[in-house]
Amino acid sequence: MTVAYTADEMMAVEAARRLDDDTVCFVGIGLPSLAANLARRTHAPGCVLVYESGTIGAKPTRLPLSIGDGELAETADAVVSVPEMFSYWLQGGRIGVGFLGAAQIDRHGNLNSTVIGDYDSPKVRLPGGGGAPEIATSVREVFVMLRHSPRTFVERLDFRTTRGDNVRVVVTDLGVLEPRDGELTLTRIHHGVSVDDVRAATGWNLAVAPDLHTSDEPTKRELVALRALEQKGRE
Amino acid sequence: MAELVALSEAVRELVDDGDVVALEGFTHLIPHAAGHELIRQGRRDLTLVRMTPDVIYDQLIGMGCARKLVFSWGGNPGVGSLHRVRDAVEHGWPAPLELEEHSHAGMAAAYAAGAANLPFGVVRGYAGTDLAAHTRVARIACPFTGEELTAVPALRPDVGVIHAQQADRHGNVQLWGIAGVQKEVVLASSRALVTVEEVVDRLELRPGGVVLPSWTIDAVVCVPGGARPSYAHGYYERDNEFYVAWDEISRDRDAFGAWMREHVLQAVPA
Repeated sequence: MTVAYTADEMMAVEAARRLDDDTVCFVGIGLPSLAANLARRTHAPGCVLVYESGTIGAKPTRLPLSIGDGELAETADAVVSVPEMFSYWLQGGRIGVGFLGAAQIDRHGNLNSTVIGDYDSPKVRLPGGGGAPEIATSVREVFVMLRHSPRTFVERLDFRTTRGDNVRVVVTDLGVLEPRDGELTLTRIHHGVSVDDVRAATGWNLAVAPDLHTSDEPTKRELVALRALEQKGRE
Repeated sequence: MAELVALSEAVRELVDDGDVVALEGFTHLIPHAAGHELIRQGRRDLTLVRMTPDVIYDQLIGMGCARKLVFSWGGNPGVGSLHRVRDAVEHGWPAPLELEEHSHAGMAAAYAAGAANLPFGVVRGYAGTDLAAHTRVARIACPFTGEELTAVPALRPDVGVIHAQQADRHGNVQLWGIAGVQKEVVLASSRALVTVEEVVDRLELRPGGVVLPSWTIDAVVCVPGGARPSYAHGYYERDNEFYVAWDEISRDRDAFGAWMREHVLQAVPA
């Protein structure tokens, strides 16, 4: 029997499944942090979470609101300074997977987290790149998590904050995109979603893999672990 | 040699209008009390430097203290945008705000270069992004291999401001937990102001602790709770509810002004 679940829960579960027990993962706050912590609580307890505040091997019991919550430092294997984090650990090539979000993505996996509109007179000034530009070029594989919408999946970025060269997978609330011949291609759709739904939510003419799969629905175990995490994050 | 002084005196002595001021803290030990004193003393035309400008920079910028911001990620962590910073950038209120934007790696390298008295830091980033054309960086070639790299000019603030857990009576400072760029900003700056949770007779060295000797600091001020709503590891936790509440307070110019009057302008300085 399957338990009812939301599209966001499907997205978190699908992303978590891509992390292995031996993955060293650089984690951004929000959806990536949720997915990475879920992986640690289900199939990948050995997955090493690295937050840019300098906490390496953090094992939080509840979801942190910021990348520097005290519990991350208390549970970490090591706490290093920010210059050390970005030089020795990230640019030094010690981290396998980088988990990113963004405001916009294009068909090549390039990301915008800087501005909507013109840089010098923006319609919306976003927080900016932070760690993302070097995460994207220093890790071996970039995983992206985004809610699908034509405002987010765009033909042309307003600003290229982060290069897409290393993007291996984009997990959304509708399905999964992976690069095929240099272009993000729909390879998986979530249960109950149609290809037309995904195309309508994508701002470019989305290619669909001939071997399109349907994602496995979240298991009860995954959902229980996910909801416990979110509940504790609110306490 | 650091003097133990009152906050109002330290800010008056060390920070002038037009200075380049870096109040650092990477989610931890953010010097809110010192920032509030800058606002109360009405500093103007500051160039504010910080990797992660958050609520205290939103307040400084919304109160018209700054003309320029040098930064790498400006947001309310886990909550969203900084509405006062957005208002300044998008609408020039209360004053236009010039931006110099970097990546975290670029800015961390620039602080480290400043602390080392070198002219620039080196990273592989910026290439292939739109940021390179909108900020102060330059492409350089490695003199040994020819590899193309990016030079980021060193950060040398006039004043570095941090919060730490403890100082001793001689003004030696120790902080622990997430150390951010606290050491680098003190060593990169011409003058340094440190607020602390408490003054103790003798510093007990802690594993992973960062010690800044008295002679690297100009003024030490005892301000218990001086990092709130940020946190001080071992003293108090991050007030996550306040960060969430700030989103609503800061959305509206009038609500923001009323909050600042009640909680900062009319507050008694430490």
